[in-house]
Amino acid sequence: MTDMTVSLPPQARWWQSRVVRRFTGNWLALLGLAMITLLTLACIFGPSLLPYDSLYVDLRARFAPPLSGQHYLGTDPLGRDIAARLLMAGRISLMVGFFAMLLATLLGTVVGVIAGYSGGWVNSVLMRTVDGFLSFPTIFLLLALAVALQPTPVMITIIIALTGWMEVARIVEAEVRSLKEREFVMAGRMLGLGRAHIMFREILPNAMGPIIVAATLTVARAILLEAYVSFLGFGIQPPLPSWGNMLNGAQQYLGTAPWLAIIPGVAITIAVTSFNFIGDGLRDALDVRKDTL
Amino acid sequence: MMAQPVITPATAPEAAPEIALSVRGLTIALPKSMERRYAVEDVSFDLHRGQILCVVGESGSGKSVTANTLLGLLPKVMKTTAGSITLEGREVIGMGAEELRDLRGRIVSMIFQDPLSALNPLMTVGAQVDEAMASHGMGTAETRRTRTLELLAEVGLPDPKLMYHQYPFRLSGGQRQRVMIAMALALEPTILIADEPTTALDVTTQAQILKLIRDIQRRKGMSVMFITHDFGVVAEIADSVVVMEKGHVVETGPADQVLRSPRHEYTQRLIAAVPHLRSEDRPAPAGSAEAPLLEVRNLVKTYASGSALLRTRRVVPAVQDVSFQLARGSTLGIVGESGSGKSSLGRLLVRLMDVDSGQILFDGKDIAALPEAEFRSFRPKIQMIFQDPFASLNPRMTIGGILTVGPMAHGMKAAEARAQARDLLKLVGLDTGAFGRYPHEFSGGQRQRIGIARALMFRPRLLVADEAVSALDVSIQAQILELLERIQRETGVSMVFITHDLRVASQICDEIAVMHKGRIVEHGPPSQIFQTPRSDYTRELVAAIPGEDFQRAAPAMALN
Repeated sequence: MTDMTVSLPPQARWWQSRVVRRFTGNWLALLGLAMITLLTLACIFGPSLLPYDSLYVDLRARFAPPLSGQHYLGTDPLGRDIAARLLMAGRISLMVGFFAMLLATLLGTVVGVIAGYSGGWVNSVLMRTVDGFLSFPTIFLLLALAVALQPTPVMITIIIALTGWMEVARIVEAEVRSLKEREFVMAGRMLGLGRAHIMFREILPNAMGPIIVAATLTVARAILLEAYVSFLGFGIQPPLPSWGNMLNGAQQYLGTAPWLAIIPGVAITIAVTSFNFIGDGLRDALDVRKDTL
Repeated sequence: MMAQPVITPATAPEAAPEIALSVRGLTIALPKSMERRYAVEDVSFDLHRGQILCVVGESGSGKSVTANTLLGLLPKVMKTTAGSITLEGREVIGMGAEELRDLRGRIVSMIFQDPLSALNPLMTVGAQVDEAMASHGMGTAETRRTRTLELLAEVGLPDPKLMYHQYPFRLSGGQRQRVMIAMALALEPTILIADEPTTALDVTTQAQILKLIRDIQRRKGMSVMFITHDFGVVAEIADSVVVMEKGHVVETGPADQVLRSPRHEYTQRLIAAVPHLRSEDRPAPAGSAEAPLLEVRNLVKTYASGSALLRTRRVVPAVQDVSFQLARGSTLGIVGESGSGKSSLGRLLVRLMDVDSGQILFDGKDIAALPEAEFRSFRPKIQMIFQDPFASLNPRMTIGGILTVGPMAHGMKAAEARAQARDLLKLVGLDTGAFGRYPHEFSGGQRQRIGIARALMFRPRLLVADEAVSALDVSIQAQILELLERIQRETGVSMVFITHDLRVASQICDEIAVMHKGRIVEHGPPSQIFQTPRSDYTRELVAAIPGEDFQRAAPAMALN
């Protein structure tokens, strides 16, 4: 009877999986995904399709309101086209958000995996460091660093990442701590696999769900933080546009030219809420507890 | 054919049987994405008053779904599409939620497989039994308290007054199940449904709980529907039997008749697969004359928890002064109940845990105290098969990856490892197409075969199998045991086979060591353990094996 070979069920395609079905069933998450895709495409291709360059100063058309002539979103106090500036700023803001997320997730994951798998004093040292970072007021830390260091986009990205990796580390640490008790990890030790192999090639792929969710939410947070520091004048420096420093420049004209503030504000809101929707959608879709009937 | 109620009045006990529960043509649809359309299809049977009806089947046979339907506890995604259930003359299908609630507890009660998750961890035992009565508006606080104490005494719990104030986590598995039974009895139901109530328990505890259910049923004249996968339990307790396979009833009849002359081929197969005690010894393996492959001397392991500084330190001895030898090519069974230290012993042997003191001589060399880096070269020679086929394979790796990752980490070439993996898949009875698949695509038995193939990738000298078959259905269990036996014949590997099931151990072991509270209390060939046990504990264990009378009475049939 044991020689009987078994027939296998047909292989399921990835788009037929429950995770994908649950994600596509969540219209808010789909909306978020669509908005982000649109925004990203617009930022990549938009500037070269618009009639004006983002740095072109048209003094005759200062303070033009939206939908006046070729200036679809109006102009700023120097007569620069807001549509062009918004999309150029979007490039910077989205890039800062994305790379800050990448750095933060990478750092958080490595710390979390090592702390979670090692346990003992390694865990204590690493996780108390995380607690230490968390106990600093983020904004204060951000501003202090931004003042002390050269505020280039790269530096801003690194600073934001340094204030955002702790969440990821905590999530990963908890996940790894529960995963390492599973028998497949013990099987890995029985096979004589190395520690690094077990940590990063056996355990880590099983913790990807929560990491992806945390990463999505980190992008939203990073975009918001960048806008915040730039608005306060310590972030991305003009003439390089970012959504934050566009808001900064709009302050004194709030009464006379409100569109200067409203347009970048709406862009930030759309980007942040869309990433949050995607994050929530992924969290629900990856929640395995819903797999049981 | 199977829709007919087969139990005829002539074979039932003396008093004219009255029907307490009748199920007719019950069909329950599954959601579309599942592998079959119906959870159960056209199921019919009767539960006679004052009888114990066993519903037997393997996992996925639909036995639990049937039981849950009786109480209206079906998950929302399943729909009853046809049939009727008559409980004490009342139709259950289509009954409103309020009416059903009134029925539950008062007319029908249920006890579950896992008493720990069925009990509320934040309520005392007494409060939970009390609540069952209070929610149906029975008695006053005073009378309910008295009744609760009576019930706790009735189910054989020691010192009911003290027990009343205990929380579930303080109790042992058997005690928790007794509390569940007390709760189920609180409203004096006429029908009791027991869904695998002894599966999670040790064999001696199982024997006690079975006796308790039988006693209470007799005393109160209750009707019991008992769901189980174990024909040994059926033989202990059943008056009549319903056998289910893949959602269909394939055989019904009085217990004696079904056990001794099963008519349906599936029932015959199930009964034949029940591991029965084999008390003859296996022929001595070829290597038994040489020096032993493994010798364990005075092994000790204790677990410590808490902190010495805060004086909360608790020390639990897991393995105490254990010594044994294992001859080349032979199998040693380590048998014991939960908490006996048998799994700790297994983990010490493959060095997944560090030894406190003692020696493990593998081929003459002490490996107990070797640092991990030096022990690494021994890992290929000592491999382990794990208990839970669902947890022991990495869900994110393909079967090919799972099989080849170990040998490749020890320097085997990728192509060679892949070729060997394919050979081993064939050896353990799997299609080589499994190579690129993920674990979730396989059933429990198939996964356990993969686990075995993984352990064989290195051509090990010693296999430690930790409860390797206990998570599997009996028919699958028999296949896996046969596979292990064949592998041993072909490769000459020595095995340490850890199990809680004496029947399984008797099937495959040359020698058996019985463990109790961390010590080996008896060690010898199966003939000694099962026929002339020397220690009281072994005697108790052997006596508690369910259904042995029926096995002894019909050994010829069981072997067929």
